[in-house]
Amino acid sequence: MRKIFGGSLLLLIFASPAYAMHISEGILPFNWAAFWYVLVIPFMFVGLKKLQKAAKDDLSFKPLVGLITAVVFIISCMPIPVPTAGTCSHPCGTAISAILLTPFVSVVVASVALLIQALFLSHGGITTLGANIMSMGIMGSFTGYLVFKLLRSMRINLAISGFFAGLLADWATYLATSVELSLGIRGDAPFFPLFWKILLAFVPTQLPLGILEGAITSGMVVLLYKKRPDLLIKMRVIKATEVGV
Amino acid sequence: MKRNKILKIGFVLVVINFCIPMFAFCAEKWTGVDESVVGKYAKEHGREKRKSFIDTDQGDLLLFVFLLAGVLGGFTAGYYWKVLISEKPMDRGMNREGHP
Repeated sequence: MRKIFGGSLLLLIFASPAYAMHISEGILPFNWAAFWYVLVIPFMFVGLKKLQKAAKDDLSFKPLVGLITAVVFIISCMPIPVPTAGTCSHPCGTAISAILLTPFVSVVVASVALLIQALFLSHGGITTLGANIMSMGIMGSFTGYLVFKLLRSMRINLAISGFFAGLLADWATYLATSVELSLGIRGDAPFFPLFWKILLAFVPTQLPLGILEGAITSGMVVLLYKKRPDLLIKMRVIKATEVGV
Repeated sequence: MKRNKILKIGFVLVVINFCIPMFAFCAEKWTGVDESVVGKYAKEHGREKRKSFIDTDQGDLLLFVFLLAGVLGGFTAGYYWKVLISEKPMDRGMNREGHP
């Protein structure tokens, strides 16, 4: 584990200011921008309902949502240099968010982070917000959550389940971005050649960053398990019988 | 044994990832993938990035906004972490396992 963390730390050594991911303002044509907006509305609606209900039922839910929103916001606008590719990108944080808060609430959390970034940080855009919520909020959250639940149902331990949830949530986000971008900019050109070109262009940066995101997700789940196991039980991340085993 | 095997696989994956510098798409170092991938392919297909509605990308203003966002985000995360951690399960009549 030390070697993995050591390797991940290498990524952080050469920090320098830079822009990172998200589809920027004006990149997608109006029809595609509107299409992604329409697609995310039901997820937002369900997410807000679930958030309201959970906050009413449980007093510690609001601080947890506050913590996770801040974490997703920071993580998803923090450019991390990747020495092998010579580029910068960022993890998304949606896996940990979905594991702890459920994927629908995680969509709301990611939307808040993306909206602030689009408004004040020139990161993403208002016209492309729907597309960015779809890739980071929906694809990232649902992939992370489903992978985590699947691995846990196979009795794989918390750290490894968290790692793969983070890893695959990150890769799923960039897979969705490739789909959105290819569909939006291809014009009359065929979809698949452009899609593969864009996806492959993301690989050198996102392959190591996915591993970093896996390590972050795993670390956070394990930390919460050590500090507040009751919280994980309440959020149905683990069963009461697992504590202390 | 199982744990060692997983660690070895993880280590090999990290090494592989750090040993494939063959795809250096950007001429400029440390550009974000929004420039080197998204922007590049969008430009090739006739779509260009527009300025944001609130344009903070002017000189050092963006650095200031990023720093401010980091500070506010960091303080918020720290505050809620403290709230969550200082709120012991026993305070709410529950034991460590979350049972009443």
